[in-house]
Amino acid sequence: MIQLIDVSVHAGKFSLEHLTMEIPDGAYVVLMGASGSGKTTLLEAICGLKTIRSGQLILNGRDVTHLSPAERGIGYVPQDLALFPTMTVLQHLEFALSLRWWPRQQKRERVAELARLLRLESLLSRRVTDLSGGESQRVALGRALSFHPQIVLLDEPLSALDEQTRSEMQAVLRETQQASGITFLHVTHLRSEADEMADRLVTLQHGQLRVHSPSATASAKSG
Amino acid sequence: MSDGVFHGISWGLGGAYVLFLVLLLTADFFFTSPQFVIAALQKPEIQASVLLTLKTCTLSSLIALTFAVPLAYTLSRYRFPGHALIDTLIDIPLVLPPLVLGLSLLVLFHFPIHGWKLESWLRESAGLPVTYHVPAIVLAQATLSTAFAVRTLRATFDRIDPRAEQVARTLGCTQVQAFTFVCLPQAQSGVFAALIVAWARAMGEFGPILVFAGSTRMKTEVLSTSVYLELGMGSLQAAVAISLVMVTIAVSILLLLRILGNWGDT
Repeated sequence: MIQLIDVSVHAGKFSLEHLTMEIPDGAYVVLMGASGSGKTTLLEAICGLKTIRSGQLILNGRDVTHLSPAERGIGYVPQDLALFPTMTVLQHLEFALSLRWWPRQQKRERVAELARLLRLESLLSRRVTDLSGGESQRVALGRALSFHPQIVLLDEPLSALDEQTRSEMQAVLRETQQASGITFLHVTHLRSEADEMADRLVTLQHGQLRVHSPSATASAKSG
Repeated sequence: MSDGVFHGISWGLGGAYVLFLVLLLTADFFFTSPQFVIAALQKPEIQASVLLTLKTCTLSSLIALTFAVPLAYTLSRYRFPGHALIDTLIDIPLVLPPLVLGLSLLVLFHFPIHGWKLESWLRESAGLPVTYHVPAIVLAQATLSTAFAVRTLRATFDRIDPRAEQVARTLGCTQVQAFTFVCLPQAQSGVFAALIVAWARAMGEFGPILVFAGSTRMKTEVLSTSVYLELGMGSLQAAVAISLVMVTIAVSILLLLRILGNWGDT
């Protein structure tokens, strides 16, 4: 569960003030808002890359407001993907596992599982600088999912993909969420993508968060 | 200006400088003879000087990197009060006349603060004499080399997008791990370039060494001071021969480091 209680975040001259929101366990929540409304700032505050000035951030019952990003255990896929240019696909998928000292056998099994899920088997030895946009997106997602985080934040993860790859990735995300029960918070500016993916829809407008109820989201989908 | 004229000027001016360097070395080469070079290399004091040069340049460039990497990274990634001042201070060794740098080192080690002197303290507590000893050479070289290395590395870290390090932190990295596993591998060629610059700068160091370490034969004599000593004795042929030895060593080491750097990149 993600709980924001009266959270304020400042990013240079831009700020988000007094945000309150609750996302239940295992939900697939899509966050929408106009460009510059602060969606990325909010995601970065949740994963610890932006400092929360006031208020509380509770993740799965634990107050993480003042914890470092490493201590929050959140998988994060930024819009620019921020892959590690000197590493191969395999090294990306192993990265968080090595930091957690996973045994070699377990690491291999997890990497194989992710590679199968994200169709990366034939790319494992490739450097990420040699990948296409869609392949890079899948690597970034695999890297974020690798260590079984309870919460995954996706910042416009499908924006740069063609129609077919986007629909494949949407299926992968859905499949992952259903198999693992991870709570997803997915930012997009595409209404169609939100309709396709969301259990719940959250909008960020004029610095205010509005959580749409499941029924409203469903009616929005059917409408 | 047409493309042809632009290319002509670029190649012409660039080529003129390269030609000038080649002429300098050729003049040295024809001024002396292989016999003088061999004779110089056979002298025990020159052999000791070559060895001491290699040792001190290597040590001082490693010391330079040790300080330059964290300093350049901090200046590149963080903004804090006094940032601009520190950035300017780093340039001081680059703009000071070399003799002044040597003099400053001498003053620092011998200036009494309430009767306490750094030089005496190091001698008595650690048994480490600095002034007019080998550590003075290393310190003089490292002081200047570090400033050059910081400038090279700062440009390198500025070019590396910090986003990857930030994302690494969400994956479980501490700041040190994000730096070590994500940033440093991307900075590898910059680190090699800084090492090359630091080493080359250390090799060419003369003024501060002369003031702070002296130039005692078989003790604190490095190749740059060997040239000075030979000139002082009126032995111009030997001075030029040693200069050619310096050029040969410098070019070999720099080529080796460059090859290692390129090899590391692939």
